[in-house]
Amino acid sequence: MDFKVLIYILLTGVFVNNYVLQRFLGICPFLGVSKKFDQASGMGIAVIFVMLCATAVTYPIQKYALEPLGLGYLQTIVFILVIAALVQFVEIILKRFIPALYKSLGVYLPLITTNCAVLGVAINNITDGFNFVQSMFSSLGVGLGFLLAMVLFAGVRSRIENCPSPKSIQGLPITLIAASIVSMAFLGFSGVIGNLLGVS
Amino acid sequence: MKNNKLSIVLRGLIAENPVLVLVLGTCPTLAQTGNVIAALSMGIAATIVLVCSNMVISALRNIIPDTVRIPCYIVVIAGFVTVVQLVMQAYLPDLYEMMGVYLALIVVNCIILGRAEMFARKNNVVDSALDGLGMGLGFLLALLVMATIREVLGAGTFAGIEIPFLIVRDAAGVVKNSFTLPILTQAPGGFLVFGIMIAVINKIGPKKGEEKRKNFSCEGCPSATVCGRVACPENTELVTESDDRRDGGKEEA
Repeated sequence: MDFKVLIYILLTGVFVNNYVLQRFLGICPFLGVSKKFDQASGMGIAVIFVMLCATAVTYPIQKYALEPLGLGYLQTIVFILVIAALVQFVEIILKRFIPALYKSLGVYLPLITTNCAVLGVAINNITDGFNFVQSMFSSLGVGLGFLLAMVLFAGVRSRIENCPSPKSIQGLPITLIAASIVSMAFLGFSGVIGNLLGVS
Repeated sequence: MKNNKLSIVLRGLIAENPVLVLVLGTCPTLAQTGNVIAALSMGIAATIVLVCSNMVISALRNIIPDTVRIPCYIVVIAGFVTVVQLVMQAYLPDLYEMMGVYLALIVVNCIILGRAEMFARKNNVVDSALDGLGMGLGFLLALLVMATIREVLGAGTFAGIEIPFLIVRDAAGVVKNSFTLPILTQAPGGFLVFGIMIAVINKIGPKKGEEKRKNFSCEGCPSATVCGRVACPENTELVTESDDRRDGGKEEA
């Protein structure tokens, strides 16, 4: 049963509550870096990585430092600073010890500091009342959902770029309209996951 | 002199509207425009944070060391966001519930960090406050226009009040016929209406907007100063180089 809940949280994050397409978090990288397939997937993987690290750090801070001391109101300030510091830290560690990974993900890391999806998932895990394992699964799901949206959309976008369209909708407008159609497709997932696993 | 001050405010409102011309702060624009009330409260909250943070950052502009300015700005902005959060939680709990995580996410709103970086650190306190006011009102205006379109066409209401022509009730008060497009109040409608609004502005607006937006993912992005534009897609040369290296790295792994 417990495992079922974890799978439910994971799949909900990927499909139903897709952060980019249903909850509008992390739109800037979604529109900015989705032009090419390999950039989109690199960014997506870097986001999954940072989301997992951020949750692993912010969750204990909230539970064992802020809540016992009655400092819950400092959540926003502490979380954004911790995430910003963490991204820098991860960058330094990767550069020093895993240069191969740094080469593939490093360029995307600074962009993620001000990515609202990372802060959003850290805060949502607390407000949804998840325990630590559930939070990690939720972050993984949200990250995978972000990757899925980026990769799918990079494909859609590469086809749009080759189509002749009226001048005034070229560029950003046509991209947003395409995002709307992709988002519509994701609407179809609502309710499916819950029914499939028998969890509400 | 007075004209000059006025132009600072007006510039943010129309000519350099942060949402519609510079395309910053897209996340709250899309997320909080399902209805007019949410858009209004988001716009006001962001304006308050923007004015206050611009003033403080401008006042501290000679004290904050250049190398650590971004973290300093983030702390100032996060402080004001927390103030707004606490005030709303105390006096407007319903609205606080409705806005949920997006209220906290004003911290990472590109408009606020962007104005700190582009304007407040180079100008005096009064000008910075006016700039924050103009940009905040421009943000509010764009949110309201978009929320009005989405709520009126999507739900047949305006700020929760039903519009008689769009929702037709019979004598007993049961909804007989409604001429609405519910999809507009949902997620896809946000993307669609925003896309169409930008297209309309491209068509009728000044050509300058197009140029300003050309590198919207990078020029307007506050992290551009942090990342040195390496990761930005427009910077093809550097990215291609790192792509090559990445392929090499994968094989090694």
